[in-house]
Parts: sequence; C-alpha cells; structure tokens
Amino acid sequence: MTGIDQTSLSRSTSLKLFGYHPVVIIVAVLLLFMPLIANDFILYQIFSWSFMLGIVALSLMFLAGYGGMVSLAQMTIAGFAGYMVAIFGVNGIASVSIGWPWWLAVPMALFLATLLGTITGALAVRTEGIYTIMITLAIAAAFFYFTNQNYAIFNGHTGINRVATPHFLGVEWRSTVPFYYLTLGFAVLCYWVTSWISRAPFGLALQGVRDNPRRMAALGFNVNAHRIAAYVYASFMASIGGILLVWGNGQISPGSVSVDVAIDNLIIAVVGGISRPIGAFIGALIYVVLRTFALDVLVAFGLDGNRFRLLIGIGFLAIVFFSPDGVIGLWNRWRNRHASVSTVRQGGAHG
Amino acid sequence: MDSIAQRLSAAGTNNALELRGVTKMFGALAALTDITLSVKPGERRAVLGSNGAGKTTLFNCITGDFLPSSGTIRLFGEDVTEFPPQERIRRGLRRTYQISALFPGLTVRDNVYLACRGVSRGRFSFIRPRFNDPLVQAAENLIEAVHLTGVIDRLVAELSYGQQRQLEIALALAGAPRFILFDEPAAGLSPTERAELVEILTSLPTHFGFIIIEHDMDVALRVVESVTMMHNGRIFKEGTPQEIESDPEVQELYLGGGHG
Repeated sequence: MTGIDQTSLSRSTSLKLFGYHPVVIIVAVLLLFMPLIANDFILYQIFSWSFMLGIVALSLMFLAGYGGMVSLAQMTIAGFAGYMVAIFGVNGIASVSIGWPWWLAVPMALFLATLLGTITGALAVRTEGIYTIMITLAIAAAFFYFTNQNYAIFNGHTGINRVATPHFLGVEWRSTVPFYYLTLGFAVLCYWVTSWISRAPFGLALQGVRDNPRRMAALGFNVNAHRIAAYVYASFMASIGGILLVWGNGQISPGSVSVDVAIDNLIIAVVGGISRPIGAFIGALIYVVLRTFALDVLVAFGLDGNRFRLLIGIGFLAIVFFSPDGVIGLWNRWRNRHASVSTVRQGGAHG
Repeated sequence: MDSIAQRLSAAGTNNALELRGVTKMFGALAALTDITLSVKPGERRAVLGSNGAGKTTLFNCITGDFLPSSGTIRLFGEDVTEFPPQERIRRGLRRTYQISALFPGLTVRDNVYLACRGVSRGRFSFIRPRFNDPLVQAAENLIEAVHLTGVIDRLVAELSYGQQRQLEIALALAGAPRFILFDEPAAGLSPTERAELVEILTSLPTHFGFIIIEHDMDVALRVVESVTMMHNGRIFKEGTPQEIESDPEVQELYLGGGHG
C-alpha cells in the first residue's frame, strides 16, 4: 500500500527504524541535545543562524525547485517582515516605534510581508525565467534603496536597533538556548510542512506547472493562480525567517536587505540543492560555517581575512560545476549507487 | 448578456462543438480562414490535411491556447470563445498533444492523478491523498486502461516513447470527458503500437465524441465516421471516410493519386 505517498527514501527499506532512515534519527537526536554538547557561540552563530537563513532559503527552494520560479525577492520579504515586527513592536528608535506587544506585532508583520510577497508574485508570474529574476531583483534593489532613504518609517541608513524580543512563559527567548530551540522549532516546522505540501495536490500541481504550464492549463488548472499561491506560501515562510533574524540580531538596517544578501540567499539554496527541502538547510549550514571560520583560516594562511567571500564563491563554482543540483545531488547520486547494489541483493523490494 | 432562457435554448441545439467563421491571423499570415464546423455529441471525426494546413492551430483555438482573431466557438451550446483553457477543460473538453506534453519530473501515477485533480475540486488542497482516495483509484484505473500499470511508479522521463504516447492519452481521459481532441496520437508509433492505439480509440465509450488529427489513414479512417479535409487554413471538403477516399480532388491534393 503505497498510495501516491512514496519518497525515494523508502528504497533502503532494510535500514529503516520507526519509518525513518538512521541518518535522520541521528541528526534529530543530535539537534535535540545540541545545547548539552555545544557552547553558546556554536549554538547561536552556527546553528541558529543556519536555521534562520535556511528558512528563507527554503522559501526560495520551494519557488525554484517545485515552481520553477527563481525569486531574488525572498530575502526582501524576510527583511520587510523584520522591519515590520521592529516598527510595530518595541525598539530603540522612539520616532519609528509603535510599541505594540510582540503577539500583535508578529501577526501584523507576517500579514504585511506575505502581502508584499503576494504582490511581488502577482507581478513576477507574468514573466518566465530570466525575466522573473530581473523583476524580483528590481524589487529587492528598490526596497534596499527605499529603506536607505526613508527616515519616517525605516529610519534610513542607520536602521532600527534594540529591537525588543519576546519574553513569555518566564523565558527570555533571545537568550542562547531558548533561541536555539525557537529557531530549530520553526526550521523543523517549515521543513516538515514544505515536504508535506510537495506530495499534496497543491505541491504536485505546482511541480506540474514547473514541468509543463501549458499542459496544466489543458488539464483544468489555473496556472497563474497556482504560481501566485506558491508565492503566498513561500513569502509567509520567508516572513517567519525574517522575524527570527531581527530577533536574533536585535537590529535591522538596509544592509539586511541589500542585493548582496539576496544573492547570498540564492547561493545558499543552489549550493544546498533546490530539488529537496533539506537542501536549503544544508546550504545554509555550509554558508554559515564558511562565513564564520573562513576568515580565521585565511588569516592563519597569511591571507586577507576579508576574502572569505572568495572562498564562498569558489565553493559555489565548484558545486555548480560538479553537481548542478547541489550537495543534495551529490548525496542522491551516492545513495543511488549504493541502493542499486542493495536492491539487487534484496531482489528489488518494491513498496 | 445571455439570459438563462437563451443559454438553455442554445444548449438545446445539441452540438458538442460548433465553430462559426473562426479566423486566426499570425501577423499577416492567416493560419485559419473562416472555419465553420459543427460536431454532434458522440460523433467521431478525423481532420486531415498536409503539414501547415492549420490542423493543430484549429485545436489550439478550440482549447483556448490561442484566441481566434474572429469568429465564435461554442462548446455544448455555450459560447467559450473568450474562455481561458482551464475553463473549457472543466466543461468536459480534453486534448492530447502531437509532441507529448507530460510532466517528466513526476511519476506516471502523479501525472494521471494531476489530470484527475485538475477537473475536480481541491486543486489547492494541502491534504495529501490517501491510497484509497477516489481520485487515486480513478488514476490507477486509467493507467490500467492504457496498459501502463507495470511502470506506475516510474518517472515519466524514464518511459519509452510509446509509453509516453499512451500516457498522453490517459491524461486526456481523466475525469468525465465529453469531447476529446487527439493530435496525431499515432505519430512515431510502431505498427504493433498503432494497432493497440486503434483498439484503445475504438473501445472508448460511445457517449463522447472526438476529433482526431492523423496522417496515418489506416488509423484515422478506421476509427471515425466523418472526415474534414483542410488545406491552407480552410476547410476543403467534408464527408464520410468512403467519400473522402474516393474523391478525385482529395486524391489529387493529398493522397498523391495512390493510397497512403
């Protein structure tokens, strides 16, 4: 009994425990108990950052991998949500702070940022391929310059600092361990919902739109409505990532929504691999580790530490050159080789 | 605007498909000129003509991939001239493509499931179908009908050409089709596969009609009861398969004097 719910994971049936691959179990246990073995620096600078950037990259992975739409505006949506939660909530700039409690500011920020993402999507779906990239890049660049120059709402170049983070259930959620679990929780939630959707009618239809939009219309689907709906979901997810990022940083400025950052998001998604949701988090982890340690490594070799982007760039080139579907693609190929050997042994066990 | 009474009386005219004066211009080029054509429900018709006669353009106008430059298209009495493709499909129209238009990144099962989902509700649903979902069952039955059960969980990209042509037909049979447009379903098939195709086409339920574009006379004339010949974007001749085959003008123009 497979229904249509069959993932390629089920190939290695003999290895499974509670229906999960052992690697999944080991990673889950490790992440759950990470605060016992890792210090605050690793927890926050590596893991929380990977989860937050991974959520934003996941929103791009969803659009690009399942929808065939490369949007460079996802970091802008995240940044807009961050700005909104800072402005509607409590922050250190009296002139732009509205001072709502977090439980009012968060839904407001989610709503407004998702709306912005929906409008972006409605514009972008009228185009294909490189023109989608150009339109979303234009929106990202426009928002960056707007925040730079607008003082009434966005406090211009300085941005907004001392953004209040939520404190409830007796927990200060910005302190390292609670923040680790907060970001982990949302990363797992976004990952799980996205994986789930990929096999639900909405996600399947989106993959159909990616493969052949004309045929989808000839099967009764409204192709543009489906694409816009994908932007709604992806933007909601990016907004969650953006709110976590502003809480983590405690501040937000135009630098958080610059074109550089938008492109970093694309690099994270592509390096990880846009064929499956986990790629976004793998890409984010690689990016964060490189960003954090490349500087020290470079300095140790007597090079200029500011050249860490060079390392990221070389890594990006290598991945795109050797495995166009990212790290996930490398893993898939390795596992397929392994699986084809074990399938022969098992006599081709078929679900 | 049509009143309900007008719409009902229009529906009473009972033509599955009715084209009046349909013209399609691409710039200065007339791909279709003044096509007037009606097909009764359950009627099976072949559209013949040389390359560039406008056969596929005719299909594209009927499905709504192109809007005609002038003229009206009625589907079961309803004026669908300005409707987008999906609205026509939801009213019972289906089509296949000359060059297979499938979803290579999805399995056979998911391809047919999508076709079933497209003409029912819940297209945006976040709820995964269970294995006993009626649409999953319907998809599996269709896959069996086109003899693809053995490759049901394979990605479409891995299928043979003939299997892809069979899947192409399965997608057009999903839901409750009332009228189907087959665009060269036999193109590139082996003689055995052609025989199988004729069997699939002749065993279709009699309550829905179809139009078939086909170069292979052995396939086309065996499964239809009427024929429309097109030439240079115009309707050139209409008749029964026997009339068309024996028509001297048609032989001159299309069959090249002999029998194709």
